[in-house]
Amino acid sequence: MEIIYVYTRKRSEFGRPCSFSDRPAKVNVDIPPDPSMASDFVLRNPVDSYVQHTSDMSEHEVNTERVEVESRGVNHVEGGWPKDINPQEVEQTIRFRKKVEKDEHYINTITHLGTLMEHCVKQNNAINIYEEYFGEEEVAEVEDEPPSAKTINVISKLTSFFNVLLSKRDPNITKRTATHLSWHPDTCKKLAVAYSSLEFQQNTKDMSFDSYIWDLENPNKPELVLKPLSPLVSLEYNPKDSHVLVGGCYNGQMAYWDTRKGGLPVEVSTVEVSHRDPVYGAIWLQSKTGTECFSASTDGQVLWWDIRKLSEPTETLVLDVTRKGLLENALGAVTLEFEPTMPTKFMVGTEQGIVIACNRKAKTPPEKITSTYSGHHGPVYALARNPFYPKIFLTVGDWTARIWSEETKESSIMWTKYHLSYLTDGCWSTVRPAVFFTTRSDGTLDVWDFLFKQNDPSLSLKVCDEPLSSLRLQDNGCVVGCGSKLGTVTLLEISSGLCTLQRNEKTLATAMFERETKREKILEARHRELRLKERARSEAQETEVEEKPVESPHEVLNRARREFFEVIEVELQRRAQAETQRLRGKVPGTGRTQPQHSLRWGRGHGSASLFQVKDRAGEEAAAQGEESQLLKDKEEEEEEKDAA
Amino acid sequence: AEVEETLKRIQAHKGVIATIVVNAEGIPIRTTLDNSTTVQYAGLLHQLIMKARSTVRDIDPQNDLTFLRIRSKKHEIMVAPDKEYLLIAIQNPCE
Repeated sequence: MEIIYVYTRKRSEFGRPCSFSDRPAKVNVDIPPDPSMASDFVLRNPVDSYVQHTSDMSEHEVNTERVEVESRGVNHVEGGWPKDINPQEVEQTIRFRKKVEKDEHYINTITHLGTLMEHCVKQNNAINIYEEYFGEEEVAEVEDEPPSAKTINVISKLTSFFNVLLSKRDPNITKRTATHLSWHPDTCKKLAVAYSSLEFQQNTKDMSFDSYIWDLENPNKPELVLKPLSPLVSLEYNPKDSHVLVGGCYNGQMAYWDTRKGGLPVEVSTVEVSHRDPVYGAIWLQSKTGTECFSASTDGQVLWWDIRKLSEPTETLVLDVTRKGLLENALGAVTLEFEPTMPTKFMVGTEQGIVIACNRKAKTPPEKITSTYSGHHGPVYALARNPFYPKIFLTVGDWTARIWSEETKESSIMWTKYHLSYLTDGCWSTVRPAVFFTTRSDGTLDVWDFLFKQNDPSLSLKVCDEPLSSLRLQDNGCVVGCGSKLGTVTLLEISSGLCTLQRNEKTLATAMFERETKREKILEARHRELRLKERARSEAQETEVEEKPVESPHEVLNRARREFFEVIEVELQRRAQAETQRLRGKVPGTGRTQPQHSLRWGRGHGSASLFQVKDRAGEEAAAQGEESQLLKDKEEEEEEKDAA
Repeated sequence: AEVEETLKRIQAHKGVIATIVVNAEGIPIRTTLDNSTTVQYAGLLHQLIMKARSTVRDIDPQNDLTFLRIRSKKHEIMVAPDKEYLLIAIQNPCE
């Protein structure tokens, strides 16, 4: 007999919430004792019973089946022989063989196979196909193609009626500068661009705050729109987690996004503890959790954050060079640099042209600032360590780019000549140790190859008409993205000559850097000696009267103005001459289209002038006729005037 | 007689070390090497030929193995297979 249980429930009753309620205890069964049954039992007095407060345990045995192993030998016998033939008997085997050989099929087959085999044997004898035909040949230098780069993509936010193929349309009318670019760490197909207007108080009401993440395959629409509360000045992908980005805002706050969660920031730092000025640099730190980052801004502070808790920074540092920790003396930071291989050290480039190297793990705050390097006349816009030589770093600011070695603190070891326009950004190539890129405010991108040519960039490309504001190289070293003032991001692919490692390049670059560092060290030592001597001399001659007539501030100003204009005149004349010469068709020397700044490459020509290079700028200004030098001179004189 | 001639001709070529004829069961019929080596070659190459043939036919059933060359550091083993017999030649290619 089958027992079937059927449960039915009305469909409308599905999912009804259960409502539980309390009810008092209810007696279900009550069995009273039955005295009549007591006669079946014998009373026992006393009763031995024990209680033990332990857990009940029981004992069991388990025995797996044993595997039986046995050592046996195997005797191989010749096989294949038909049953009736004993392989040991030579006669039998011979007879068998003979029989086979008489078989017609055998004869035919062997003849056929024989011809085939003979063919191959002859082939082998005729030519040895695996022979080394051409002995170790030097791979010829095929770098005849001039270095070049081609534009592969233009992400533009200009609204135009022309359907430019690769420009990215954007509804924003007011154009904002692309201030920072960050490539996606894994795929290199995505680019995060921070847009903001860096002009002081130029924010119009209709300017949007958005920043975009572009996917290179889809140039028409940004892949993700990031909506911060204030325009982003810097934006970085987390190298460990490619969905997380951190951005520094114009109002000093820090925000972080998770691309999986959409365009609004996941968390924003509180205004009170954030920076007071735009956050110009934000970099992720190498940490086990992958959530630490630090930021720097022109208010003079460097703050460390853990993005899980953006309500307050984990650490702060005030960039006071006098090491007193006073915010008033602090220098404003414009750029930040961090090398994952040296996790406790980082560098900050300031508005005043000084680069500060700091050690995060110093015991006391004043000791955090380990050294300073001053050399630029204006803000240091970019700071980058050479990925191959961590001691060498590049700074870009005012009109030059300089290469520094960590050991020489007084001056840079190599520098480019003074350009006509500001240099706005720069970075090293990730594949070649002596190649770096710089962008200028006249819209050109320069590629410098120091092993090849040091006076000029190897390649100078006019990317756009407006100033270029930011530059970022993709990790593979071949594609570089540059952002301009009007928000256009151009992607360029560099020719392979500039992004493949040459044969001896590493050794040559090492040698070059060491050479320059040594030279600077020698100069430093010499300077120190001179200064000591001078000090000793001045102490001995304290009573001597000052010979130089004290000029009044007015006269100083006039003199400076006069000299300045003289130099300008000379320069203009020289340029006019060059123009006429060119028009006449003569090639003056090297035929450069750029006006000739004196090629003071800074290395000195000949040993005698090595020391002159470092002499007071004023002495050489008139002789060289460089306007920039004179500007510095003018500044110094103005300072003197202020002091007077 | 023809067989003799063919085999002798192959053996006479420059660099040829040995020739072996093996039947479908792996029994060496004709050989110029000693017995133990022959048996070794015969057994191993027989299996290899079967594997190679099945590989070729798996990829394309219309196809079949015609020749197999194994080039090693010391010499080259060439095997010409047939349905019933195997002709093996070991040659030292001139270097």
